[in-house]
Amino acid sequence: MTGVAPFTFLGCLELRELTAHEARDAREFLAELQRVPAESIFCHTAAVLLHRPVLPEAYPNDFALWAATEMSDRRLAERLAAVDTFPSDSIEGVREELVATVQDHLQHLQVAAPQTQGEPFRFLQIHLVPVPTGHQARTLQELRDTIAEVDVSALFYHIIEARYRHGRGRGDFAEWVETAVGRPDLADRLAHIDPYVGSLERLRERHLSVLSRVLEEVRA
Amino acid sequence: MPTASLVRLDDYREVAPRGSMDFLLRIGERLRGRRLLHVSVSRYGGEIVEVLNRLVPILNDLGVETRWEITIGTADFDVITRAVGRALAGIEQVITEAMLGRLRDTCVENAKRLQLEADLVMVHEAGPLLLVDERPGAGHWVWRYHRDLSSPQPQLWNALRPVVHKYDAVVFSLPEFAAPLSVPRFLVLPSIDPLSERNREMSRVEQTTHLDRLHVPRDKPLLLQVGPFERLHDPLGVINAYRLVKKHHDVRLVLAGPPPAPGGDVLAEVQDAASHDADVSVVVLPPDPQSELNALERAATVVIQKPLKTDFGIEVLAAMWKGKPVIGSMAGGIPFQMVFGVTGFTVETVEGAAFRIRHLLSNPELIGRMGAAAREHVRRNFLITRHLGDYLALLAHLTK
Repeated sequence: MTGVAPFTFLGCLELRELTAHEARDAREFLAELQRVPAESIFCHTAAVLLHRPVLPEAYPNDFALWAATEMSDRRLAERLAAVDTFPSDSIEGVREELVATVQDHLQHLQVAAPQTQGEPFRFLQIHLVPVPTGHQARTLQELRDTIAEVDVSALFYHIIEARYRHGRGRGDFAEWVETAVGRPDLADRLAHIDPYVGSLERLRERHLSVLSRVLEEVRA
Repeated sequence: MPTASLVRLDDYREVAPRGSMDFLLRIGERLRGRRLLHVSVSRYGGEIVEVLNRLVPILNDLGVETRWEITIGTADFDVITRAVGRALAGIEQVITEAMLGRLRDTCVENAKRLQLEADLVMVHEAGPLLLVDERPGAGHWVWRYHRDLSSPQPQLWNALRPVVHKYDAVVFSLPEFAAPLSVPRFLVLPSIDPLSERNREMSRVEQTTHLDRLHVPRDKPLLLQVGPFERLHDPLGVINAYRLVKKHHDVRLVLAGPPPAPGGDVLAEVQDAASHDADVSVVVLPPDPQSELNALERAATVVIQKPLKTDFGIEVLAAMWKGKPVIGSMAGGIPFQMVFGVTGFTVETVEGAAFRIRHLLSNPELIGRMGAAAREHVRRNFLITRHLGDYLALLAHLTK
């Protein structure tokens, strides 16, 4: 693989900022969902992976968790949990789906929207600062080995941030495997790893599993 | 095990998440030469000081030129600072114009003495807040408030809010602790140091030595609450929960706390309630009881933290790091540290605490599983290395 452009791993520093937006019931929540910055939607959906507990069965986004724990509205919680927070287009698509979900929920409510029993939903936004990790890969083996040891924020950056916020197709790993290594079949397999696995460590394991299998096939 | 003053970033490799140490070193390279200044009222005692004691040398190791200055004041300055702290926590206090004037004068005097030039100046807590009036032209200033500022005493807050607005940003420990402000408000969650005396690994022999000295037998499963003997920490409620559990499980309860402060403590009531039951131990801790707490937490089967009101409540993290499931109240930051049903349970009542403790004692395999999940949760989210990354993120973001 001489002459292959190396893959440069970037990690990211995360800084969370409080916005002025808060919601105490589903109607306020709907109104705020429509006006908060896209950074905030990203912070409470896909970016949840950055600080997620070891709990694959937990609600996959902060909105669903709040509806369940603070509003005791399990119906809304289940519907918000089902929203695809890893869309193929943009974070605005996530916003639209969330808004449509809450609107539909409110339309079908037989009673007034329940107020939160506990804390209001406080919308945050996230700032990510990309930083080179110092790792580079020139071969599939090096890619696999570096994925095994790099800080998990690099996985977030190259899989989630690249794909869903910067519109870089199927994620940086898949793109590099196809364009630099010339393995579109493997690129497809990497791109099809479901980010809904629960945590970045599990996402790491899935990538390692796919890459290890391919490397074994190459050696066989 | 390295001592506190000798700890280096590399010492955290064995406990921090995979890859995170190398990444911190890379971030340090990127921020090399930037100047960070911390200002606080003291270099001794308290969680804030412990964290700074560890972070400042590590930041310098990383290449970030970090200094830590303290404000010097007379005894009345300390008294006023504490009163202002209580008032900001919403506890009614009498804060006069003269007291605020004293704070201002002390900050002016300190500003003449201190070197306040830096790329980022982080002013901790209320004491040095008014230093911002003397800020030099260059550099970014942030106020780092570690406690709950969600319902401060209104009159005092009306006087201090314009001062806070002179900062470029405020950093809170939790969204729930934040006051409405027109400057950016960032979040940096507290952390624990896994290499500190409180949290370092400890041999069984050393644990036994400490427990013997505290007169705590290890003959039965141990329930533990650590906290002051004050009504707000509800030690009597914990005894009542223990009594409900005791009907079904032969356990021992240990209530451990510092010597009572003058006024408001319930130590005598707790001792009276415990005097009729040999399986309840009331342990008044010695000064700086870090090793003793380490041993007690490691010896515990289940840790209880059931205050009625608290700030972040970092005792929960200390217990979780030692692989213990925690039964916690909904007060302060406790629910944010735990994952319900995974690392322990949050409860709202004495009965709820008793029910959850019984549930755990009846399912010992759950105790091991939750304890392991608790330690892993702390490793990923609440170690001092994450705290370091957050401060570096703040430095990178504000000084870019």
